[in-house]
Amino acid sequence: MARSRPEAGRAVRFPPAPPRRAGAGMRPVKFAIIQFPGSNCDHDAYHAARYVLGQQAEFVWHKETGLRSADVVVLPGGFSYGDYLRTGAIARFSPVMQRVREFAATGGPVIGICNGFQVLLEAGFLEGALLRNRGLKFLCRHVHVRVEQTDTPFSCAASVGQVLKLPIAHGEGNFHAAPETAAALEANRQVVFRYCDAAGTVTGGGNPNGSLHEIAGVCNRRRNVVGLMPHPERACESALGSEDGRVVFESVVAAMAATGAA
Amino acid sequence: MIDQATIDAHGLTAGEYRRLVEILGRAPTITELGIFSVMWSEHCSYKSSRRHLRRFPTDGPRVLQGPGENAGAVDIGDGLAAVFKIESHNHPSFIEPYQGAATGVGGIIRDIFTMGARPIALLDSLRFGALEDEHGRSSVETVRLVDGVVAGIAGYGNSIGIPTVGGEVAFEPGYAGNPLVNVFCLGVAKADRLAKGVASGAGNPVYYVGARTGRDGIHGATMASAEFDEGSADNRPAVQVGDPFMEKLLLEACLEVMQTDALVGIQDMGAAGLTCSTCEMAARGGTGIDIDVSRVPQRETGMTPYEIMLSESQERMLLVVRRGREPEVEQVFDKWDLHAVRIGEVTGDGLLRVRDRGRMVAEIPTRELADGAPVYDRPTRYPAYLDEAQRLDESALPVPADLARTWLDLLAAPAIASKRWVYRQYDHMVRTNTVGLPGLGAGVVRIKGTGRALALSVDGNGRYAWLDPREGGRLAVAEAARNVACAGAAPIGATNCLNFGNPERPDIMWQFAEAVDGIAEGCRALGIPITGGNVSLYNETDGQAIYPTPVLGVVGLLDDAARVLTRIFPAAGLDVVLLGDPAGGLGGSEYLKRVHGLVRGRPAPVDFDREAALQRLVVDASRRGMLCSAHDCAEGGFAVALAECSIESGGVGASVDLPVLAGPNDRFGLLRTLFGEAPSRIIVSVTRAGQTELLARARDLGVPVAVIGRTGGDRVTVSLSGRVVADVAIEAAEHAWATGLARHFEPPAA
Repeated sequence: MARSRPEAGRAVRFPPAPPRRAGAGMRPVKFAIIQFPGSNCDHDAYHAARYVLGQQAEFVWHKETGLRSADVVVLPGGFSYGDYLRTGAIARFSPVMQRVREFAATGGPVIGICNGFQVLLEAGFLEGALLRNRGLKFLCRHVHVRVEQTDTPFSCAASVGQVLKLPIAHGEGNFHAAPETAAALEANRQVVFRYCDAAGTVTGGGNPNGSLHEIAGVCNRRRNVVGLMPHPERACESALGSEDGRVVFESVVAAMAATGAA
Repeated sequence: MIDQATIDAHGLTAGEYRRLVEILGRAPTITELGIFSVMWSEHCSYKSSRRHLRRFPTDGPRVLQGPGENAGAVDIGDGLAAVFKIESHNHPSFIEPYQGAATGVGGIIRDIFTMGARPIALLDSLRFGALEDEHGRSSVETVRLVDGVVAGIAGYGNSIGIPTVGGEVAFEPGYAGNPLVNVFCLGVAKADRLAKGVASGAGNPVYYVGARTGRDGIHGATMASAEFDEGSADNRPAVQVGDPFMEKLLLEACLEVMQTDALVGIQDMGAAGLTCSTCEMAARGGTGIDIDVSRVPQRETGMTPYEIMLSESQERMLLVVRRGREPEVEQVFDKWDLHAVRIGEVTGDGLLRVRDRGRMVAEIPTRELADGAPVYDRPTRYPAYLDEAQRLDESALPVPADLARTWLDLLAAPAIASKRWVYRQYDHMVRTNTVGLPGLGAGVVRIKGTGRALALSVDGNGRYAWLDPREGGRLAVAEAARNVACAGAAPIGATNCLNFGNPERPDIMWQFAEAVDGIAEGCRALGIPITGGNVSLYNETDGQAIYPTPVLGVVGLLDDAARVLTRIFPAAGLDVVLLGDPAGGLGGSEYLKRVHGLVRGRPAPVDFDREAALQRLVVDASRRGMLCSAHDCAEGGFAVALAECSIESGGVGASVDLPVLAGPNDRFGLLRTLFGEAPSRIIVSVTRAGQTELLARARDLGVPVAVIGRTGGDRVTVSLSGRVVADVAIEAAEHAWATGLARHFEPPAA
């Protein structure tokens, strides 16, 4: 089925700004962590937002019809509805997704991580599809991704070319798109993260799952919705092997400060 | 009317049948016969093992729950309890590797959250037949089984979102017809809110929650209590199919219900399903339960009460709720789109009553059913094979010409080689607690909200136990505890999975009794209580028993989660210190098996005074920040352990020199030093500043200690009394180690 083309809305800029912590005189940014049945990285995203970044976070059950006045929406990883159908295929019908759609339409920042990325694709927020990994096995390991674009709310605190060490954990993360879609994603600078080696070189060797153009994460044309397969929320503390994922969350905190939304 | 053929088909002996007639005071109905047969099966009743298991030490200051509940629990401070258990799913995994392993994971997870604990870590102890022949060619059958079992564990654990943080995989020909799949799960609960599998309060409603009941797994428990033969592959209907999504919903909903105090008791329906959960809960509460099976949600039509009571369909729970509080409980399950169906109530008369649309189909005293299974004192006999197997004439063995090559060959042995191909298929990071990654030592998970962490290890060695069952039990305890100590954690509790052959054979029963004594002795000596576990007997195919395989799961507590030690040398310029004796023994060693194709001799025994002192030393030194890395010498001996300290270090080699007690020209002394295996040996790296204090403390505790070399360079070099005897480039060691297992599963890199 052909997806409707996303609106080519006006570009919203998210300039980098230093991250803030709660108690610095400003209201903390509030993250809504959507919980689908089968979500299992919901607590991890909550922990990163609340305890590592020092922001506010609330779980929003998928049957809810409001977003609790959140500033940022996170669709976490997991196996929504068991992923017995295509990954993310049922979650997109959850009542809360209508609110998320409206939230995104007003420019609100939305991030989908792993299964959340799959949901965003199924729901038509983003273009492309995720196929079985090239090796046909679930793969959990650290990989490197290069930040390609910094004018999204989830990468604005990073610099172009910055290499992030992030974990992946998926069986279906092999990004694919029709040639014209892939060309459009590139032309519109919608590829936000690309698999690379530790030095930042984008080669086939750094690509863990066979993704087209080494694509690890993309955004919509309006640039406020980002989906990625790696797990930045699992890489926010050195004890876990990497802190490189923090920049994703710090970016959105900075973006909210810059837009005055918070 | 029940005829003799029906009784035989249910696996009940004449004596057992007489006993159940005595209990009932009449002949059983077919449903009652089915209920007794599963409850009195070896799997559920532990009738052959029970009197031996009493010898385990189960008490200790930290023990909150010992054996007898769904899982054990120990106090880990901050008002929290670690709840853990290990369980086998051997027989189902042989018949259907993916689903057998998957449902094994599902079963142990239910045991943990049934206790009110949030499961946070899984480990697996896996054993298969030989992976390669003497020419290094893959065994297709083993590859198929490993692939299926690993995929099954991954499929279930990843989906439900519980990280698999460690484990072990071993290969021996004896497991070819009977692989072992032992799964360990650990959860964390509030210490004062542990849930119990108890039915109390006459009149309280009994709820059925979760998946519908089908005909799958009927007589699974009975199957797990019989040997395999050629017809076993036809047993597929006795294997269950897992639904991790359903279990995820059940897990979240049950934990949410437990936040209220509306719950009286809860138990999962595992082996023997509805039968076991009803009668055990009632027996623990000294009560009865009255249920109507027609209210049980059913997946198939026309199911008989017999089938409903014996089904082992997965992802089902039985709850006893406080009368009057039903709406609160139903509301939670409704939120998770689960149906909580009231199927009966608790009664005060001590009877399990099963009705079908009101008609009574079974009426059995719960206590006699749950606890009245016959307890057998099976005869034991010293096995005929043992004297011969223990004989090892080292002088008859040829000495390898190129020791470096032997070293690399051992690093490539499937039992020693990197298990990356396995653990990368497991989500080992979900829940963001994994501070000790798989492949680096014990699995370590931090406990959020505290500064602490738990180190977990599952260990066993079937070869050792076959050659000396008692010593095999002792060594398994020592190694599992030593592994958590090497992460910097003090061992605080243990669980075990005892995998053996047919207990009706006296030589097998002797192995069992000896191994139990060995484990009991080890746990007592190290002060580690056993809080539960699992016994898996009848692990035989066509009369060929597996190696006796006791597997220990040990939980260790780290006071400071930031001080996790791994096997890896972190930098050049550190001193390498060996704690323990330099030389091991060749009996039962990986060297003997790999190089000479022999499983012979006796494994080197544990001196528990020394083992306890060594572990205390390492945990204490780690706490004080004196150590930079720690790694125990296990399969492959000192040389393999040393290489493993450099592998994946980013190129930090080491050069060490060992004193040789037997003299450098004693070729067997040389082999024992390089590849001999023995407990109580740990390689650590320390800074100069840490070294002095470490040496002093080691001497205080009576632990042999020697500064044997320094880290650095891109090679690993071992000298004996000044003469280089083996030397390999890290790159070569890493290649051998990284490909030894993976090459059987992955196409060669293009």
